[in-house]
Amino acid sequence: MNPKTPTIGGKKNLITRRSAIKKMGAAAGAASALTLAPGFVRYVQAQSSAPIKLGFQVHSTGIGAAYGRWYDRTTQAAVKLINEQGGISGRPIELVSEDDGTDPKRGAEVVEKFASQHQVDLVFGTLFSHVVIGAAPRAGELKMPYFVVSEGYHVASGSLNRYVFQPGITDVRSQVSSMAPWIAGNLGKKVTMIFPDYAFGHDHRDYFSAAIAAQGGSIAALLPIPPTESSYTKYFPQIPSDTEVIYHVMVGPGVLTFVKEMGEHYGSNRPQIFGFVDSLEAVDLASPGLEFLEGTYFWEANPRYAGPNQTAFDKFYREKVGVDANGASVSDPKDISTYSHMFGCWETLYVIKQAIEASGYQGPADKARLIEATEAMTGFSASNEHPQGDKLFDGKRHQCYGHQFISKVEGQKLSVVHQTSIEDGQYENDTDYTKQSL
Amino acid sequence: MDLGPHLLLALLEGTVAAFVLAVTALGLSLVFGVMRIVNVAHGEFFMLGAVLAWFLTSLLPEMPFWGFMLAIVGAPLVVGMIAVMADALVLRRLNYEPEATIVATIGLLYILQQAVLTIYGPDARPVVAPISFRVQFPWFGYSGYKFIAIGAAALLLLAAWYGVTRTKFGLIMRATQFDRETAQAFGVPVKLVYAAVFALGAMLAALAGVLIVPLQQAHYLMGLDPLLLSFIVVIIGGLDSLKGTILAAFIIGISDGIISVFFSPTLAKIIATLAVALVLVFRPNGLFGGRSR
Repeated sequence: MNPKTPTIGGKKNLITRRSAIKKMGAAAGAASALTLAPGFVRYVQAQSSAPIKLGFQVHSTGIGAAYGRWYDRTTQAAVKLINEQGGISGRPIELVSEDDGTDPKRGAEVVEKFASQHQVDLVFGTLFSHVVIGAAPRAGELKMPYFVVSEGYHVASGSLNRYVFQPGITDVRSQVSSMAPWIAGNLGKKVTMIFPDYAFGHDHRDYFSAAIAAQGGSIAALLPIPPTESSYTKYFPQIPSDTEVIYHVMVGPGVLTFVKEMGEHYGSNRPQIFGFVDSLEAVDLASPGLEFLEGTYFWEANPRYAGPNQTAFDKFYREKVGVDANGASVSDPKDISTYSHMFGCWETLYVIKQAIEASGYQGPADKARLIEATEAMTGFSASNEHPQGDKLFDGKRHQCYGHQFISKVEGQKLSVVHQTSIEDGQYENDTDYTKQSL
Repeated sequence: MDLGPHLLLALLEGTVAAFVLAVTALGLSLVFGVMRIVNVAHGEFFMLGAVLAWFLTSLLPEMPFWGFMLAIVGAPLVVGMIAVMADALVLRRLNYEPEATIVATIGLLYILQQAVLTIYGPDARPVVAPISFRVQFPWFGYSGYKFIAIGAAALLLLAAWYGVTRTKFGLIMRATQFDRETAQAFGVPVKLVYAAVFALGAMLAALAGVLIVPLQQAHYLMGLDPLLLSFIVVIIGGLDSLKGTILAAFIIGISDGIISVFFSPTLAKIIATLAVALVLVFRPNGLFGGRSR
């Protein structure tokens, strides 16, 4: 409930006065910095050694809170590391975090606040697709570079604008396209899909349906679930009995209930089950009621359990963020991470660093150069900066593409059984943001 | 699935919803009936019950049964105390003015919700059911705890009915409801009755929250749905009729179960809201409400 400021006659005056005061304050601040902080020589001498201000839009509350907590930890760890290694172009990162309550309306307000109040250089970190779709247009209007870590297909689909990038995590269309051949080959061809009834779920619905049809499979039923649902038993009768594979992807506070109720409904007499790990991000696989998931399969973007094929990069990243070999916090084994998503924050920060350094970005006047430098990138190789693995980057679509994993639940842990190639997730579309004006 | 088992599942789901809803809505109805207060914070007492259940059961992690028993006794007591405080600090000072208390309870809603967000955090946390088993029907399996929840809610409703109609406190309460000033003239301590009724209403909501939390998870926003449904039930049943409230809870709960299983949960919500509109147009005092005096 935000009462709109009434447009009254005195408003223009008021704003002028306020901005005048703000400028005076800034001048006074600068003056005091000059006189009182002689140690800060570099800051005074060259404007370019002032901190780079990054606006971090984070879901600290609302249905995305579990993800937000881990996005925050990952981001803090990456920023600390980058600053220890000399910052970006020799300038330290100053992180400004704002909670958007996992709410599209507040998301747009947060972007606004970053631009007008905090005056950040760019904004990053938004996850939930409805928030991205709600906030991205405002970022475009404000000409604010907006680096999302959302998985949604909305960036690559061309429905957003030139200021929005997703360079740290593969989009849903690519993920599900790369899953379909394995599912059809190993689990079955008649699939019932259970998905959240908003943009993110619709991406799954549209592109998995197409991908499984391309493998000679078919969709037995589609079960969209409203995002605020708290009880799921009533949906299960709609699963046709000739279903060979249940494909589930759920997010939000009800995920544990969802999986438990599915177990109660089916018991041991179940079809094959393939889930996106989103259904269990931040949830302990050893939780009571989840025993029935034994032998089911999950997509993972980044394996939660450090298996025999763990890379040195993953080991480094895990240690820096403070995650143990079971994907839980090192300080609390019950605090499970959102391991298949949060690496996106880490990698996005390194892409931002690379883009700022490549473009010679000095301040907001150089935003166009920053956008063009990001668009010029073609890919990232597996490294401490990109611990999830190699990626291709499509500058026209503003989207990256990486490897995906399929894991089986064995002994209440996930073990990787298949890794896709980047080519498995390729698709055709004609998005070209570079044609839009800056 | 065939029609028979499909209907059975729908009825089971509807019955669970109806019993829990009846307990929640009864609390709202009592508070309105006696105090004439529309308690917008009612759902937050439900949420507090669930969150406290999480806290109390986590004190005894090795003994889920006794942890749950502790929760079912402890959570309503704590919530009752919070309600007594809210009554003394807020409602009494507003002299129980109907309009002022609506605004005040909206404030209370946000205070409770944000306090839980600050202290407990934004996560949804599971509570283990005291007794968990799975009932295997020939066509599908069903959570055994849901039957326990039905039984416990039925006992609570019986106890509430007995309390209101057969005890001295119930008599005093009904007298206050019927005519506050005359009751006061006859020596009924109206202020005390108000505090007790507000606490009782909150405790009923908290008990419903404790019963539901092993089926869902404790989350700071979980009070919104039961609040909306309780209002629907209380309006349809008649704002000061306990019998009407319980009957309406069953109509709404079971039709919700059937419509959401056979059609869609969204349609069930649409129909319930439409029913409220129709009742308000054609029988403004609810299906079982008496004439306003």
